[in-house]
Amino acid sequence: MTQLTHLSITEAVTRLAKKEFSAVELTAAHIKAAERGQAETNAFITTTFDLAQEQAKASDARRAAGTVGALDGIPLGMKDLYCTKGVRTTAASRILDNFVPTYESTVSQKLFDAGAVMLGKTNLDEFAMGSSNTTSGYGNVVSPWSGAEPSKAARKLVPGGSSGGSAAAVAGRFAMAATGTDTGGSIRQPASVTGIVGVRPTYGRCSRWGIIAYASSLDQAGPLARTVDDAALMLRTMAGFDPKDSTSVNQPVPDFTTATGQSVKGLRIGIPREYRIDGIPAETNALWDKGAAMLRDAGAEVVEVSLPHAKYALPVYYIIAPAEASSNLARYDGVRFGVRVPGDNLISMYENTRGAGFGKETRRRILIGTYVLSAGYYDAYYLKAQKVRRCIRNDFEEAFKSCDVILTPTAPSTAFAIGEKQDDPIQMYLEDVFTVTLNLAGLPGISVPVGLGANGLPMGLQMIGRAFDEMTLFKAASALEKAAGFTATPPFMG
Amino acid sequence: MSIDQTTVARIAHLARLKVPLEEQQQVAGELSKILDWVAQLNEVDVTGIEPLTNVNDMALRLRDDVVTDGGKAEDILANAPSKTADFFTVPKVIE
Repeated sequence: MTQLTHLSITEAVTRLAKKEFSAVELTAAHIKAAERGQAETNAFITTTFDLAQEQAKASDARRAAGTVGALDGIPLGMKDLYCTKGVRTTAASRILDNFVPTYESTVSQKLFDAGAVMLGKTNLDEFAMGSSNTTSGYGNVVSPWSGAEPSKAARKLVPGGSSGGSAAAVAGRFAMAATGTDTGGSIRQPASVTGIVGVRPTYGRCSRWGIIAYASSLDQAGPLARTVDDAALMLRTMAGFDPKDSTSVNQPVPDFTTATGQSVKGLRIGIPREYRIDGIPAETNALWDKGAAMLRDAGAEVVEVSLPHAKYALPVYYIIAPAEASSNLARYDGVRFGVRVPGDNLISMYENTRGAGFGKETRRRILIGTYVLSAGYYDAYYLKAQKVRRCIRNDFEEAFKSCDVILTPTAPSTAFAIGEKQDDPIQMYLEDVFTVTLNLAGLPGISVPVGLGANGLPMGLQMIGRAFDEMTLFKAASALEKAAGFTATPPFMG
Repeated sequence: MSIDQTTVARIAHLARLKVPLEEQQQVAGELSKILDWVAQLNEVDVTGIEPLTNVNDMALRLRDDVVTDGGKAEDILANAPSKTADFFTVPKVIE
């Protein structure tokens, strides 16, 4: 029998239906792998193996009764930014070390309603602020990938971030898929550097209710999975209108799984000329060209488009996201939840609690955000950034007049080593140079694994779609996936 | 545009975030570097451009003004670091 942990969700769903194995067996195989995986990668902040076994038993009972959901018995990782009722939820911050939600996030509830099994809460950058999973208060995540060169094989690589634990668990074959959140690239960049698929849907597609907020105008939930089909199935389950999120959009959710495998003949693929930027490795651009050629061979038409304000996306992001974060994170004051550090009076209790509870990068972003919103600086920074943000969105509207999907690299390069890019925050911020533009415009994006770099590490390409047109995005991504035929697996697999 | 140690102390207080005196100089340097980098936005002419606050340009939904939730004092207090009866407790604020 094929190793159960190597199946796609689509295969597992079919074989569970044929009763070739039970949900209990599938979950047991993943728990065994996750135990090894955890020791190797630190992908989880909290494992919930007992809960997983109970959920798997309940799934088998539902199957016996003939009432299964779309993801019944499928073992998943849940990013530890999603509030889970009765299961500790930390956002990878020590300030929430003891926080046990009394409610369930809408998206995790939807997954459970569809029968999903939760293996644990996956590690991330603290409050989803980072691109390397090295800002977590619960230790770094180590990628299941390591370099091909023997001298470098011993180096521990980052799994990307912020959804680094989710990416490591899925790439390392100890979760069949996982949830992520993407504010500036936090699903797509880790997917790219670990050789898996990651989707950030249109803003408003998934409910943000119960997901710990970082930057509310940019945050979106989405899946990390090993195939485009699996990602489509996950997103179909996660998406949908929720009255509890005031920015949730009341639009029907199409069946994304029907988009995959369709012909891309005549589809117009846009290549933004401004994405050829200095300092990007030649192999990244070569892979991008190769991806365009693959789609052309599949019948698509490749056209050049222009996104003139793309180079301003990162600076805009590093004003807007910290501004929103400084406001969102004001709630961690040691009064209603989380860890309290005493002080002489109320103000010093707040200051001590927050000073001790937040890590360095979170503190940095709160301070930047407070500064750009403070009297005298609001117009120069925050208002200006919001105006340039509209220019960025207008660029996309213009570009989508002459193309249906935009193709770009996902990340500047393959995974870097843990410890690299630590001294200079701006170097780390540049990891999101290709991904962050669409967050500012609210558009959907997907990263598909396409090839390996000279160092043997995976590289993905990103596709960007029109708002609420994930169907075209899945169609194009599926064609790219098929043409690329990416089958490489990491040296470590649970 | 650069921020100095005094500014760090001021915004840290606004954010109710303790930044120890010995770290303030370094933090000032880090923040200045980021603010100098984002200053490239000054190149962009935004005359006549409206700020973008919601990508979907939607009006916030209204709902009927009725009670839809409540009676969950126990849930709300479940994670409180310090509580008495049905109240959060904090250090004394009125002498």
